[in-house]
Amino acid sequence: MLQGIAFYLLAATAVLSGLLVVTARNPVHSVLWLILAFFSSAGLFVLLGAEFLAMLLVVVYVGAVAVLFLFVVMMLDVDFVRLREGYATYLPLAAIVAGILLAEMIMISIVVVQGGAAADAVGPAVATADASNVEVIGRVLYTDYIYFFQAAGIVLLIAMIGAIVLTLRKRTSVRRQDPGAQTNRDRKTSVEIKGVVTGVGVTGEELR
Amino acid sequence: MPDLSYALNLAASELTLAIGALVLLLLGAFIGEKSARLISILSVALLVAAAAVAATGPLGQAFNGAYVADPLAIYAKVAIYIASAFAVVLGGGWMQRMNIARFEFPILIVLAAVGMGMMVSSGDLISLYVGVELHSLALYILAAYHRDDLKASEAGLKYFVLGALSSGLLLYGASLIYGFAGSMRFEDIAAYAAANPGPGLIFGLVFLICGLAFKVSAAPFHMWTPDVYEGAPTPVVALFATAPKMAAMVLFARALSEGFLGAHDQWAQVLILIALASFVVGAWGGLAQKDVQRLLAYSSIVNIGYAVLGIAAGTEQGLQAMVMFMTLYMIDTMGFFAILLSLSRNGRPIRKIADLAGLKNDRPLTALAITILSLSVLGMPPFAGFWGKYYVFGAAASAGYWMVAAAGLVASVVAAFYYLRIIKLMWFDAAPEGTAPTDKAPVEAQWIGWACAAFSFPLVLVGLTWLEPLTRIAATGFGAG
Repeated sequence: MLQGIAFYLLAATAVLSGLLVVTARNPVHSVLWLILAFFSSAGLFVLLGAEFLAMLLVVVYVGAVAVLFLFVVMMLDVDFVRLREGYATYLPLAAIVAGILLAEMIMISIVVVQGGAAADAVGPAVATADASNVEVIGRVLYTDYIYFFQAAGIVLLIAMIGAIVLTLRKRTSVRRQDPGAQTNRDRKTSVEIKGVVTGVGVTGEELR
Repeated sequence: MPDLSYALNLAASELTLAIGALVLLLLGAFIGEKSARLISILSVALLVAAAAVAATGPLGQAFNGAYVADPLAIYAKVAIYIASAFAVVLGGGWMQRMNIARFEFPILIVLAAVGMGMMVSSGDLISLYVGVELHSLALYILAAYHRDDLKASEAGLKYFVLGALSSGLLLYGASLIYGFAGSMRFEDIAAYAAANPGPGLIFGLVFLICGLAFKVSAAPFHMWTPDVYEGAPTPVVALFATAPKMAAMVLFARALSEGFLGAHDQWAQVLILIALASFVVGAWGGLAQKDVQRLLAYSSIVNIGYAVLGIAAGTEQGLQAMVMFMTLYMIDTMGFFAILLSLSRNGRPIRKIADLAGLKNDRPLTALAITILSLSVLGMPPFAGFWGKYYVFGAAASAGYWMVAAAGLVASVVAAFYYLRIIKLMWFDAAPEGTAPTDKAPVEAQWIGWACAAFSFPLVLVGLTWLEPLTRIAATGFGAG
């Protein structure tokens, strides 16, 4: 009963905030609604018994991705009014596509409820009596899915190389600090002693 | 369950490439920018070594069936690694001439080759998707590699945005298929599809086909191809048009004939529609082109139509035809782009078709090579391209797709126009007054171009006696017999 209430509350919040993400006028508000959507999805994960995924969702998506979105929205000079110009014209088409997708999801749910879908070969990664949630995921990730895990690592490596290749530029005009050279300075290279005769004064020649 | 060392042994070619790429990356980072040439040479060696490892490696399945090493995968891998090595060679010289030599270029090609290897030996939906992402992410970067060039940046961005869209389609299809079949593995999906090919599964399949058609640039998912081919650096396009096409076509064939053989009637319809659309768009779209690389983009759309037709047949013969066609097409295309790289006037690459006028006075051998390659791509017997089409039409006809094969013939007649125009320009038209002579050609591009032309004719007649049994073995056990 309590679980049911929690589920509908969280699900309704997720859907509603998802809608507000695309309809909010202010892009910063959109990102904030997105964060709310992430939080309620995390709540749904908790209800499913996947605390670790819920934690990850909050840490990674709310903590990193959403903050990055906020940075992008606030720092890039994107004209959101112009971006939204076609909104009304494309709405009917978008509604049709969304309708088809919704119909499909309902279809799948019906099939699954009727027992049409085969059982998952690996089994859900839910905590059992002798292993916690994290342990179960870890076991699956580093045994059954090690191939994909490593391959995904290479994907991220490529993304990193790409970011460097496409943006890193050597600037010749910038003077960079060299701590080694700074600490290695000694008296010989930095100070020169001139014997100035007292009472005569200094001419420009000697100073140079 | 086989242990990890068995699995690692099976995936030795990918491991060689991935670990080699990491070592080269470190080497490049320590030596600095001037290491570009060294890294290029080492990358070529690495790719050749990986091809040798793949060719001599064991057969089998690993990682719960996610990785498949069968004759088809091995054949495709050798072809892909060698094509990538050629692209590294072409790219190395090009970077030096453009003064943008950097060591990441060959490493990105090696990493793309890892992804393409994963694609051709994927046995389930996750390795399919991860392989596709792995290679396309590297290709997006390569497309935009010449970052100070506005067109290259545009090409990279366009390719990235549309590629992301296609990945979305692919993933959505994969999730639908998983939802219905309850498994990611092609074998389990095939068992489910044979038992009850319901509308839900077919819906997912169609999305999957759309996503893959995007990657092979088959119409109506071809929109990105001309722009990317025009804007991206020529050696990168030489890679785009060869290795990834082979990888995606083999993946296409494997996903459909291993995962959905029970639903062959349904997907054959979709593929035939795609093939017909590609014929129309590629053949007629190419007629109005003025840029050589744009023209080759349309040419690749037509040719992918033939390859798709081979898969649509759904038989062993059809798959053999597809593999044979793609191999011969890869060699032709590589030659075309290599020659394009070797042609320049006053330090500027020749990009307009009209600029080829009167090439016979300047560079008779190169003009001859272009002629051979053009005749081959348009399918004139006894050039290489003819044999590829011969196999495809034979397979399509014996599977009962007479009409589609006839449409393919019509398309190749229409497409013949634009190749014949190039030949006419080179041999029978004089260069306009005041045209500067062509520059001294870079050695590696010229030799690769000539070698590919020599293969297209006459070496292909010898090559076919080797390729025929190899492709037959590669295609064994696929499709409906």
